[in-house]
Amino acid sequence: MSTVILLLFTGLGLGALYFLVAAGLSLIYGLMGVLNFAHGAFLTLGAFTGWEIARRAGSDNWGIFLVSLLIGAAAGAAFAAFTEFVLIRRLYQRHIEQVLVTLGLSLATVALFDGIWGTDPVFIQGPAWFKDTTDILGARVPNDRFVCILAAVLVLLALVFFLKKTRYGMIIRAGVENRSMVTALGIDVRKAFTLVFTIGGAAAGLGGVLASHYFGYVSPMLGGSLLIFAFIVTVIGGLGSLTGAAIAAVAVAVLQQFANFYLGGTGDFVVVLALGVVLLVRPTGLLGRTA
Amino acid sequence: MSPAADPRPETPGAAPGPVTPILTVDRLSAKIAGQQVVEDVSFSVPPAGITALLGRNGVGKTSTIKAIIGLIDRSGAVTLDGERIDKDPTYRIIQRGVGYVPEDREVFSKLTVAENLRLAERDAAPRRQLVEELFPDLLARAGQMAGTLSGGQQQMVSLARALLNTNKVLLVDEPTKGLAPKIVGEVAETLAEAARTVPILLVEQNLQVVRQLAGDAVVLSGGRVVHTGPAQEFLDDAALIQRHLGVSNDPHPGADQASHAAVKGAAQ
Amino acid sequence: MTTTGSNTETTTGGDAGTTAGTGAVRRSRRQGATHDDGARTAGTPGAGRGRGGRPVTGRRIAGWAAGLAGVLLLVLLPLLNLSLPGILPGPSYTPGSLQLLAMSMLMAAAALTYHLLLGVAGLLSFGHALYFGAGVYGLAIILKNLEIPLLPAMGLTLLIVIVLAHVVGSISLRVGGIPFAMVTLAFAQAGSVIVGRNPDGRTGGDEGLTLRTDNLPEALVGVVNTRNLYWLALAVLVVVFIIVSWVQSSRAGHTAAAVRENELRVRVLGLQPYLVKLLIFVVSAILVGVIGMVFLLLQSGAVPRAISSDLTITLLVMVVLGGVGSRWGAVIGGVFYTILDQRLTALANSEAVKGLPDILRVPLSEPLFILGTLFILVVLFLPGGIAGTAERLAQRRRGRAGNGTTETPREILEDAA
Repeated sequence: MSTVILLLFTGLGLGALYFLVAAGLSLIYGLMGVLNFAHGAFLTLGAFTGWEIARRAGSDNWGIFLVSLLIGAAAGAAFAAFTEFVLIRRLYQRHIEQVLVTLGLSLATVALFDGIWGTDPVFIQGPAWFKDTTDILGARVPNDRFVCILAAVLVLLALVFFLKKTRYGMIIRAGVENRSMVTALGIDVRKAFTLVFTIGGAAAGLGGVLASHYFGYVSPMLGGSLLIFAFIVTVIGGLGSLTGAAIAAVAVAVLQQFANFYLGGTGDFVVVLALGVVLLVRPTGLLGRTA
Repeated sequence: MSPAADPRPETPGAAPGPVTPILTVDRLSAKIAGQQVVEDVSFSVPPAGITALLGRNGVGKTSTIKAIIGLIDRSGAVTLDGERIDKDPTYRIIQRGVGYVPEDREVFSKLTVAENLRLAERDAAPRRQLVEELFPDLLARAGQMAGTLSGGQQQMVSLARALLNTNKVLLVDEPTKGLAPKIVGEVAETLAEAARTVPILLVEQNLQVVRQLAGDAVVLSGGRVVHTGPAQEFLDDAALIQRHLGVSNDPHPGADQASHAAVKGAAQ
Repeated sequence: MTTTGSNTETTTGGDAGTTAGTGAVRRSRRQGATHDDGARTAGTPGAGRGRGGRPVTGRRIAGWAAGLAGVLLLVLLPLLNLSLPGILPGPSYTPGSLQLLAMSMLMAAAALTYHLLLGVAGLLSFGHALYFGAGVYGLAIILKNLEIPLLPAMGLTLLIVIVLAHVVGSISLRVGGIPFAMVTLAFAQAGSVIVGRNPDGRTGGDEGLTLRTDNLPEALVGVVNTRNLYWLALAVLVVVFIIVSWVQSSRAGHTAAAVRENELRVRVLGLQPYLVKLLIFVVSAILVGVIGMVFLLLQSGAVPRAISSDLTITLLVMVVLGGVGSRWGAVIGGVFYTILDQRLTALANSEAVKGLPDILRVPLSEPLFILGTLFILVVLFLPGGIAGTAERLAQRRRGRAGNGTTETPREILEDAA
């Protein structure tokens, strides 16, 4: 029983990270049709930014940890806004070329991170409480899992509030459904593009800082390895659906953890299998639009 | 149906006098995915009343409307109230005072009725009062998801979105398509009402409705304009109708619906 | 669509044979559009017609002649003493130079197979490395564990690749466009993960596998025989080029191109877009699997990079750099990228770069940073890649516009979306 609980929370923690990456990916794809390969780079930049702050200002301190979260998110957001404004916008409506540009950006930035921070992982420490465990029904769950879960839930709630209650949120929801009709109502939908990129980048940057604590290290490859699972999550959840991304993130991560433990380390394989099954049964994903 | 009796009350005289058109389309061409769907189309919309844009299914009426507001790639000149708009992006054309009611309504199905309307508000003082008077039904369903409305109700939402703002011209694309006869009457009445204050370019298959509403008619065939003039004159000429619309003067068109859907599919 | 009006003709992939062939399809579509609605919905009968009436132009013959001359030169290269400072590490007969050239030819061949996916069928796959890697690892594992000669081992590996391509292709082709890209990526990632996990010590994990040479022919083993491997790589490139050309001009190739442009229309004509796409997908996978096997022989080992998504991305970059939709573009892109990568790595390790201040040293010591940036610039500013730009310049010099029926790389990319 305690193993199940431990796996469940570890899975939830990982699912939280997947969600933080997938939320932005899904919204960006839903609204703009762009598959953003640079999303992993947003995350990695956030993670390294958080690491630099912890390294300079001290690691065992909640205040500094929170500051590193904020600045990591800000770094991701700034990078993402730059990407949209300088590269994506020039290629308006040319989706494949937009993908190619984000791909080139991801190659270039990962190489740059290699050059700046080296290819080996750098280890990170947070507040000492992270390394402690909390006893839940006999399972000793590492505390950093709770931080990830809490952060993801807060981000989810904030995004839902933003989408439901603000005018820009309304524009984004409408744009995901029918972008050209939004412009045909006299709305400059490109502002919404920059906004979703920025929000997605912030979530990824935040996810980067949290991922570095969850895994205990940062490396230039961190973003890329999470990105692939985030892609799977967005496809399973249904492209463009935030709720779908949240559900799929948790399902994928938990499935992965259980398969890794009970089926001899086959977690990644099982996840891809699950993707295949979902595509066969429901090509639009769990909550995707039926085309 | 009194307003329809004289659809162009503000046009001084029926003669083709020197009336400055509100919208001029000059040699407009457009492509969808490399296919020429509009070719060298030229016509103008007078500053009052309803102008019908007619032609067979798939002849490029919807594409012409979309090309005017830049929803598809186009070339040629489009002038709105003396200003060229053919280089502007869609949202700016709309902001200049164009109301667009698309074919198939295109309401945001996952937004509520109220949200659909709020999204369309672009004037500082949108005419909510007017919309509430015209469509009392919508007020009652403000909190309902637009996707769950009936076709007629969705058309009301779509019309309301355009009527909320003060426009120089309305582009209305097949507003009665697929609606029950009773609703068709309501839509026609609404359009007649709207036409008192704003000129309308109307794409319409239902010739009864055209007869009831339109002052002028522009007829397209093969992506080109083949006839312009008073609507009544065109509608009274059975040979012209047969030649350009391929139908006899039938109040229930729409037999060609299947091919119509196929064209739409191909275009998307 | 990026250009309006009739001025789409100037950019073309420099591939006269293909464009003339698919041009038939495209022409008919454009003419059809000017008629009435019937033409637009049902399509003209000529849309899937295939090779009917393809003109054999003088340029086409000249192209093949130039290709033949180039191949002849490449065949003789190991026997010559040519120096290309800055491009080759030494004279042309030295193993180092031959190794680099052989590698760039294999990469060019792999890029050609990717061209078949993207340029012909409009499939943006992010999982092509799976079949390359299956070739590399399949052959390496079979040679290590079974006592059979090279050719049967290759046959067995090929069988694995074929099965794999059918399974993955049939599932991932259920979706199109960007979702297809994501799904192929996920499958390839599964392959990459399995190799990384090193099940039963079969794949060697991060270390990779060294090629076991016990059952290999003498002529393919050792540095002294590099030139044999070079000739093998050249043969692979030539054969792949011919096969890709043949597939592209076959009925299936034309149908695939028509599907890419307008799937609905092909379906209306009663053809099966799904099966055509699957066919192209599998052929492309088989070819790249064979290339992977030769890669194994050339590299004397299997490394995890051979099955990583990085490799797929490299192939995509080569095709785009060279010019989407052009076979020569894919070849040029493959060679250009491989040699540039090698030279940039040499530059990164040079004393001159090590002495620079950080702000210059860090970017210059990362070849992928430079290549990635170059790639972005090409996508933004040279949409026809190397081949397209060369073609455009040549046309400007000849002072004539190309024919209006060729398809621009941008159109091909739009079709893939």
